[in-house]
Amino acid sequence: MEKSVCKEHEKLYRELDEFIQEVEGDSSALIEVLHKAQQIFGHLPIEVQEHIAEKLNIPVSKVFGVVTFYSLFTMKPRGKYQIKICLGTACYVKGADKLMDRFKEELEIEEGEVTKDGLFSLHAVRCLGACSMAPVVMIGESDFYGRVTPDEVPKIIRNYKNRGGK
Amino acid sequence: MAVSTNTILICAGGACISAGEKSVKQVLEEKLREYALDGVVRVVETGCMGACDLGPIVAVFPEGVYYQKVNTENVKKIVEEHILKGRVVEEMLFEGPQGKIAAEVYEEHPFFKKQVKIATRNLGIIDPMNIDEYIARDGYFALTKVLTEMTPEQVIEVVKKSGLRGRGGAGFPTGLKWEFTRKSQSDKKFVVCNADEGDPGAFMDRSILEGDPHTVLEAMTIAGYAIGGQKGYIYVRAEYPLAIERLKNAINQAREYGFLGENILGTGFSFDIEIRIGAGAFVCGEETALINSIEGKRGQPNVKPPYPAQKGLWGYPTLINNVETFANIPPIIIKGADWFASIGTETSKGTKVFALAGKVKNTGLVEVPMGITLRELIYDIGGGVPNNKKLKAVQTGGPSGGCIPAEYLDTPVDYESLKELGAIMGSGGMIVMDEDTCMVDVAKFFLQFTVDESCGKCTPCREGTRKMLEILEKITRGEGEEEDLEKLEELGKIIIDSSLCGLGQTAPNPVLSTLKYFRDEYEAHVKEKRCPAKVCKDLIRYVIDSEKCVGCTACARVCPVGAISGEVRKAHDIDPEICTRCGSCIEVCRFGAISKVSP
Repeated sequence: MEKSVCKEHEKLYRELDEFIQEVEGDSSALIEVLHKAQQIFGHLPIEVQEHIAEKLNIPVSKVFGVVTFYSLFTMKPRGKYQIKICLGTACYVKGADKLMDRFKEELEIEEGEVTKDGLFSLHAVRCLGACSMAPVVMIGESDFYGRVTPDEVPKIIRNYKNRGGK
Repeated sequence: MAVSTNTILICAGGACISAGEKSVKQVLEEKLREYALDGVVRVVETGCMGACDLGPIVAVFPEGVYYQKVNTENVKKIVEEHILKGRVVEEMLFEGPQGKIAAEVYEEHPFFKKQVKIATRNLGIIDPMNIDEYIARDGYFALTKVLTEMTPEQVIEVVKKSGLRGRGGAGFPTGLKWEFTRKSQSDKKFVVCNADEGDPGAFMDRSILEGDPHTVLEAMTIAGYAIGGQKGYIYVRAEYPLAIERLKNAINQAREYGFLGENILGTGFSFDIEIRIGAGAFVCGEETALINSIEGKRGQPNVKPPYPAQKGLWGYPTLINNVETFANIPPIIIKGADWFASIGTETSKGTKVFALAGKVKNTGLVEVPMGITLRELIYDIGGGVPNNKKLKAVQTGGPSGGCIPAEYLDTPVDYESLKELGAIMGSGGMIVMDEDTCMVDVAKFFLQFTVDESCGKCTPCREGTRKMLEILEKITRGEGEEEDLEKLEELGKIIIDSSLCGLGQTAPNPVLSTLKYFRDEYEAHVKEKRCPAKVCKDLIRYVIDSEKCVGCTACARVCPVGAISGEVRKAHDIDPEICTRCGSCIEVCRFGAISKVSP
């Protein structure tokens, strides 16, 4: 068992190294590398940061500084389905805060937390640029929900629960 | 080859996609195949058509018929009635205030009538994934003209004479910026496109990048020639994956056609463009912070001077312009500086793209000549405030801007007039607020934003905005004291005076402008512990009118905390101690029996 976990890990690191090779170890590509690493590992634990620092030949403190500066990078794992609630002005004016409250209530987590089953995490995000459809919720990278009312929240969650871990 | 008799344009802007454009397109294509029309009728996904509220939008050409709110059901009618039988589907046509708009004259829709499209000229007309369509609309003609007929100095002269000013918000004359960068001596120079559109409520740049990516590439290459640069970077927000995808595609096509890369069009001039992706930091819209971020560092601003025109990316002279500014360049080169300068006002030339949103009927993307009044923009183009509500204020410039009250609606939209009112032109977000909006709450919202986004470098910005937010929270909880208002003003002024970059220098604006125009609302919160717009949760109560309540129990069933009691067919009652002021009951009551009160 342990061995297969190791192997899986190795594969992920190999994928990351390939990307670092693609950018020719250019330290100014740090943000791109971190994006890629987060895509591969789901989040950026300190071990991954150390690995990147070594490969790009820069201090870990610099990597850590960049990771903690930008809001899209996270050192904590996120849910399989990241629920992003737009709290831009237009959405706010149209009641996005109520949506956030309802999601918190239904999922029994606070903003930034992950549900126990690891399926969902809840995030407040900046303007998603679909203000005409306010309030807007985005799940994952591509599922958009416009003009969402708090009453639709349970149904939206159910849809993803039914898909489960798939 | 089959002759294409019809072209169906389908808007694939952000709002239309979230309204279901993808599935509409799928059904449309299936239906065309079913009638063996797929070789004859071309379906093209375009950039944002602007009328986002009416999406998804489908347009049939050559007739020029625009259909609104198309869904997977009624899209079949477009094929079966319009395409097959040549009959316009009347009930799906664009609707104006006076009813349906006749098929051929969609331009008569007030939403389009007052618009002048320069930066967004190709949006909703071309397929952004196809360079040939851009070329067919005079694309890369400006670049050809510049490289074969003009010296760099002549290019700069045209841009200067046009009067174009930076569309990112501050309004610095673009031509001057180009000239400064040209004059900086260096063997290496860079051109950067600031596509880090961070203001909440703003999606102008996103729409241009998604709907017409080549215009940005062409303008950047022209800029590169003018300043003597070799390389360009587009810094895009990671939140805009579609824009990134379309830009990447456009860069590859431009390289293939010889508009980018070595020896462009055989003229000996070489220039290439790379994309850099942000990672979610609002402050990176500030040019020195953006430069740091491109270099792979924390995106914190530097002291200016030296300006990027002298010392920018990796210490080399760098020209930074925003997306919309660049999008104006090719038409200026083709049509001339005098043409551009003839549009707009004395000090603000050309047009401005606004993302109209909030409490307004026609939300969407609009491009209007500078000098248009806010009233024309909101009422004639935007269709006014829905549900017969009264307009209270217009917010421009996002967290750096201010709220303009209804009595100033006849102010012309230009850099100076808006600044005089304590707002700014900003990058183009325009949020309409009605009587149900609490101005203290709005100010608090923007302050929360700046507190989150302050990079932490300057103490007044980092700590000062936090202090201001605490005071606002206190006021909205009903614990405000009279001296709090003066404290807010004082703090605001100090933060403006002592912050390094634009973020801190403008962060207090939303508070100061609302304090200026809506002081009575602040005072109601502080002195009477009352929220006139009935928004601040701690200052309102929900009550049931026993005369109107019929005892249908709908509210009691929907209340998440069980605060509503009452027997069936008898008037119900809300316990204010249990009630969390979520508002679910008001939404389900069909008898208008529930209302909010603030003492």
